[in-house]
Amino acid sequence: MGSLPARDPRIYVGGGILLALIALALIGPHFTSDPLMPDPESILQPPSSAELLGTDNYGRSVLARVVGGAQLDLLIALFAAVLAFVVGSLVGGFTGFAGGFVDDVMMRLVDILQSFPAFLLALGVAAMLGNEIRNVVLAIAVAYCPYFVRIVRGEMLAARVTPYALAARAVGNPPTRVMLYHLLPNCLGPSIVQLTLCLGYSILDAAGLSFLGIGIRPPTAEWGVLVAEGTQYVNSGQWWIAGFPGLAILLAVLCFNLLGDRLREAVRA
Amino acid sequence: MPELPLLDIDRLTIGYTPHHAREPVHVVRDVSFTVGRQEIVGLVGESGSGKTQTARAVLRMTTPPLQPLAGRIVLDGTDLLTLPEQSMRRVRGAKVAMIFQDPRSSLNPLMRIGDQLARVYTSHQRISQRAAWQEAIDMLRRVGIAGPARVARSYPHQLSGGMCQRVMIGLALGIRPALLIADEPTTGLDVTIQAQILELIQQTRAETGASILLITHDLGVIAETCQRVVVMFDGRIVEIATVEELFRNPMHPHTLRLLRATPGTPVSAHKPAETVVEEPGVGLRELAPGHFVLGHKLAQEIAR
Amino acid sequence: MNAAPLLRVDQVAKVYPVPGGRLFAVDGVSFDIWPGEAVALVGESGSGKSTIGRCITHLEPVTSGRIDFMGHETTRMGEGAFRPLRRDVQIVFQDPKLSLNPRLKVRQTLAEPLLLHRVVQPRQLDAVLFDLLEMVSLDRRLLDRRPRELSGGQQQRVAIARAIATRPKLVVLDEPTASVDMSVRQQIIDLLARLKAELHMSYLFITHDLSTARSLCSRTIVLYLGRVVEIGHTVEIFVRPKHPYTRALVSSIPIPDPRTRKERLILPGETPSPMHRVVGCPLVGRCPYQMERCGQDPLPFVFLDPTAAADHAVACILYGPDTQRAPWEAVATPA
Repeated sequence: MGSLPARDPRIYVGGGILLALIALALIGPHFTSDPLMPDPESILQPPSSAELLGTDNYGRSVLARVVGGAQLDLLIALFAAVLAFVVGSLVGGFTGFAGGFVDDVMMRLVDILQSFPAFLLALGVAAMLGNEIRNVVLAIAVAYCPYFVRIVRGEMLAARVTPYALAARAVGNPPTRVMLYHLLPNCLGPSIVQLTLCLGYSILDAAGLSFLGIGIRPPTAEWGVLVAEGTQYVNSGQWWIAGFPGLAILLAVLCFNLLGDRLREAVRA
Repeated sequence: MPELPLLDIDRLTIGYTPHHAREPVHVVRDVSFTVGRQEIVGLVGESGSGKTQTARAVLRMTTPPLQPLAGRIVLDGTDLLTLPEQSMRRVRGAKVAMIFQDPRSSLNPLMRIGDQLARVYTSHQRISQRAAWQEAIDMLRRVGIAGPARVARSYPHQLSGGMCQRVMIGLALGIRPALLIADEPTTGLDVTIQAQILELIQQTRAETGASILLITHDLGVIAETCQRVVVMFDGRIVEIATVEELFRNPMHPHTLRLLRATPGTPVSAHKPAETVVEEPGVGLRELAPGHFVLGHKLAQEIAR
Repeated sequence: MNAAPLLRVDQVAKVYPVPGGRLFAVDGVSFDIWPGEAVALVGESGSGKSTIGRCITHLEPVTSGRIDFMGHETTRMGEGAFRPLRRDVQIVFQDPKLSLNPRLKVRQTLAEPLLLHRVVQPRQLDAVLFDLLEMVSLDRRLLDRRPRELSGGQQQRVAIARAIATRPKLVVLDEPTASVDMSVRQQIIDLLARLKAELHMSYLFITHDLSTARSLCSRTIVLYLGRVVEIGHTVEIFVRPKHPYTRALVSSIPIPDPRTRKERLILPGETPSPMHRVVGCPLVGRCPYQMERCGQDPLPFVFLDPTAAADHAVACILYGPDTQRAPWEAVATPA
């Protein structure tokens, strides 16, 4: 993995943002006020030394709400992406190894799922299931699962015919062990890259779903919710209510994209 | 008065200068040997010994970023390293031809075999396309391809490895070169096909009077086909001798190692050479008539 | 004296459906292997030798014919039924870079057969692994390395160790020295010879290079286009080859000694494509001695006088009247 310059700005920028976000999510809440606590005295205050990111229409600290949102969004993205990765890889590995009729059926299913744009698919699933966090995670996972199935299946098709796969069989491994223990770990490289990218898009999707009212609902602090709440005030000049959560979303997606990009090239090298 | 050799490589050094380095890296150092007219010389060594780059240097086709850094390559009186690229191109197409290890990758996959052969003829002689095509079929027959008319209409991927190699030889012969360089021409081919190809190369030499520089790691091929042998190791020549002399009385430790690693070599090759002692820092010395060894001298000091 | 051979291959054929028709990779091959003997399976590309190796180790099903291993008929066995037998038949592949799982350390690769077949208790594992490495002359520190950290020769030794870990009765070696540096080849052959003697194993040594087979194998089977053309003692095949193809093969081997100038039999043309099933002798079209009878089925299989050249059989009409007997019926147990 080593022929790329280590001093790649993508690592620094992406990594830096990611660390900042994680720090924000983990320790931020200790330093900020309650994101749900309204304060009628200070409604719609612009960013100041007292409130770094200003307050919203209920007087709640935008900073506190962005920090709270960080926790929620990162968690949702993590669970959704990892769920999609695990389920997708297992299914992809299995179907690639099995081949034949099972593979044909599975790939048609994947085709159907992938004929919808990921966000719309998540939208449909979330709308069906309801507004809980768990359902948001599930919906996004369902939307991204097919990508992992495809990627790992492709790798498995190649791995299945290698001499070491044959050797694993010859030594006495039953087929399931050949697939799970020998082949599957060697097939996960490209899907790790996809996982990184998926984390970024999951944040966007979670925010998007919440913005539309299908995902997380107010008053819970979630970036999409915050943007939805703040949109109506942008025209009247209170840009910070929607602006900062929007910036947070942008930075989060950016950092995962940068890291994923760099990772992809490293895996290919 | 011995006649001038066809090819005289004199103190050739090949290498490159990596980024940020002050000293160039040498992959071939101070290599000197000759190939006489109508002679078959074998260039043998393990992988990484520099034999391929040395041969490619004759055509000025070393693998980039490697290039000749010092020395001369004199072909029929002309130093090839000083020629402008234009003139070099004429040498490549006319006086020196090379066949490579993987024949299929040296043929144009998009052109029919007959067209590739015909092209060689039309670029060197004033003949019509039709006549060139006929000559191509004729050449295919001469290199032992059955059904030459059909093969001429085929594409490289439709032929086997052995057939492709014959086509390569046909192409090389079409040029009627003075020097044919064959780089591992039979490696990877079945042994019965290998025998055919080697026989064909010998036949070629008899018919056209070309000299041949044969590069291989297979000592059996050397023993059967070559008249003189140049042994390379780690970028340098370690021994030069006639093929009989090399197998009967190998002197350099690397040559001995090579012979010992090959089953079937004469028994005497398995004993360490008692006749030489190491003399570090010294170049190739002629320790017996026509027998050169690197960095060694005869055990009993003979004043030279 | 053993009454039954360790492995009996009886008229095995393997046909692959491919775009454009069918590929007759193996076409009626029969031979035996007895306990403790090393047999070479020699052939050039297209001879079907690797396919036979895979059929014997149950990595590929046969299209027709029968294989008996240790008294069990394996051709009709399912994967699960054959698996316990894998303890006694193992295979070493050509390129160790590809046949070793790149993610696993040597320790894991070698432990696997031992644990799968319950040859050792987990607490004895380390001791057995050390022993195994010593048998293939590898330092025990290599246990914690991965294949990419080993040289080609070391990798192949690991592959060999993996194959002998369960003390199998038969090891199939598919061109084990072809992908290894020339200087290391002889070491591998010597290792194999030593292991065979120590562990009393049989070998099926698949190769295109007769000379590698020579030092290791007492008997040799010569294949051409999926058929057996000659079978006999290795030395005899080398020194007095009978079948025209064997003669061409033996005479084609370049001898690294310029003093020997030998008479070469060079067959014109190329090995025909296995896409068409040949009627009669597969060498028709290339054989300098061919006659009309040669183009007709069934293929003659002649047993040469057992007293003169023991256990030698040739599929060629030049050597006697047509006889159509199973190859092992007249062959005495090799010494």
